[in-house]
Amino acid sequence: MANIKVLVAKPGLDGHDRGAKVVARALRDAGFEVIYTGIRLTPEQIAEAALQDDVQVVALSLLSGAHNTLFPKVVELLKEKGLNDVLVIGGGVIPDADIPGLKAAGIAEVFTPGTPTSKIVECINANVK
Amino acid sequence: MEIVDKLLNHSRLALSKAITAVENEYDDAVKIMTEIYPHTGNAYVIGITGPPGAGKSTLTDKLAKEYRKRGKTVGIVAIDPTSPYSGGAILGDRIRMMDLMADEGIFVRSMATRGSLGGLSQKAGDAVKLMDAYGMDVIIIETVGVGQSEVDIVKTADTTMVVVIPGMGDDIQAIKAGILEIGDLFTINKADREGTDKLNIEIEMMLELNPEHVGWRPPINRTIASKGEGIEAVVDSIEAHKAYLIDSGKLNDIRKKRIKNEVEAMLNDRVNRYIDKEVIQTQEFDDLVVKMQSREIEPYSVVDDIVGKVLK
Ligand code: B12
Ligand SMILES: Nc1nc2c(ncn2[C@@H]2O[C@H](COP(=O)(O)OP(=O)(O)O)[C@@H](O)[C@H]2O)c(=O)[nH]1
Ligand SMILES: [Mg+2]
Repeated sequence: MANIKVLVAKPGLDGHDRGAKVVARALRDAGFEVIYTGIRLTPEQIAEAALQDDVQVVALSLLSGAHNTLFPKVVELLKEKGLNDVLVIGGGVIPDADIPGLKAAGIAEVFTPGTPTSKIVECINANVK
Repeated sequence: MEIVDKLLNHSRLALSKAITAVENEYDDAVKIMTEIYPHTGNAYVIGITGPPGAGKSTLTDKLAKEYRKRGKTVGIVAIDPTSPYSGGAILGDRIRMMDLMADEGIFVRSMATRGSLGGLSQKAGDAVKLMDAYGMDVIIIETVGVGQSEVDIVKTADTTMVVVIPGMGDDIQAIKAGILEIGDLFTINKADREGTDKLNIEIEMMLELNPEHVGWRPPINRTIASKGEGIEAVVDSIEAHKAYLIDSGKLNDIRKKRIKNEVEAMLNDRVNRYIDKEVIQTQEFDDLVVKMQSREIEPYSVVDDIVGKVLK
């Protein structure tokens, strides 16, 4: 009876929402319950929504270039709220050089343009029990 | 239980985990519900239903803000359908409510229908009780008004609001069947659109013909939820309905009936599960089926036998 719940969110001022919507639909089609929260959110809004819906995964999408500050901020706030087991993944236009830093900050995996959505599904299935 | 103590001490994390426990039918769910039960019965429950895209979530967001202005805390249970194809779902209600995330006096929970017909209303009802025990003054349940299960959920509310929008052609005919009876108030949302006056007249005419509503005539409000227009009047109408229910003694009756329905559903569920496990899934039952198929025995006395044994 336990379904995997995923919050899909876009922090910051970035309005590119196609990728996030594609990912949301792909995850639904893979059998996940996706809470789609839309664009222009603060990390605080995202972390609080994750708490209230008790999601196992927070999936962040960003194409504006602000990922290095916003992604780690979300991870930090989740921990502050006591959500220590949430898997945080990210995607969008993110230079390869930034990926190691994001992983060190607690982003489990980063998916860049052209990634088949099946890879995202695999990642979630492999990391959420 | 630790989780219950924390919930009663206003831990949002504990509330969230407790709702997950009932939603996923974890082993500790019954124990949690047992312990919180004495702390429930204080919240006022509002059901909001209507067709997809009518603006229910937008309205819920605005109603929650209005209740906050009036000093009330608000819990929201927002239900969206599970996809029958994948078993997954996109729960899109929260997108309209992201402003509410900064307010500690509000808690929003999204829920997928998960195909479980009867089970859903019980789970939604448990989520409402958990928010009630947490101390929310007002709890809003949002469901898409299509199927019987949604109607069942809305029946668990004290006040039910049906949201309609102009320009849906003859859909008002569809609303007539089933949903009209459950509306304690009607809200015409998207009143910025053409056809609002016509829809208003149509609803009024239908209410005219409906003998169900003695003592309370469902008011019809108009809103433009996306602009926050008309919201105060809706809350005033909800409060007027609440006052009517209290003064007439009907609130007591509704809540008594609700408990009866809940316990009946729980009993049915328990008995069904028991029969499934102890009777249907046994080799003995399989053998009986084979004998019925070859007409050695007939089902009527088999049922009598089983009922005699099970409900002794
Ligand atoms: C389409 C597009 C637009 C559309 C957006 C429509 C919309 N509603 O989404 C429009 C025309 C509106 C637009 C506007 C702008 N854009 Co534009 N846009 C693009 C473009 C060409 C494609 C983006 C896209 O939709 N791709 C298709 C989707 C499906 O792919 P995706 O988002 O990358 O998602 C995939 C992966 O990244 C990953 N993924 C994405 N998110 C997530 C999340 C999770 C959790 C996971 C697991 C995976 C994942 O999985 C997806 C599937 O593979 C890109 C260039 C590019 N090639 O990426 C520029 C681009 C993103 N835009 C850019 C810019 C600068 C802008 C503007 C600022 C331009 C301007 N000066 O006005 C505006 C700003 C808009 C705003 N409000 O924020 C830049 C960003 C530069 C940067 N990062 O430094 C880009 C990179 C172009 C460039 N090379 O300069 N844009
Ligand atoms: N024109 C107009 N659009 C509205 C109004 N209220 C909500 N909407 C829009 O209708 C769409 C669906 O709203 P939503 O609240 O998600 O509907 P729900 O499916 O009933 O929950 C959104 O794009 C809203 O912005 C309104 O009063 N007027
Ligand atoms: Mg909705």
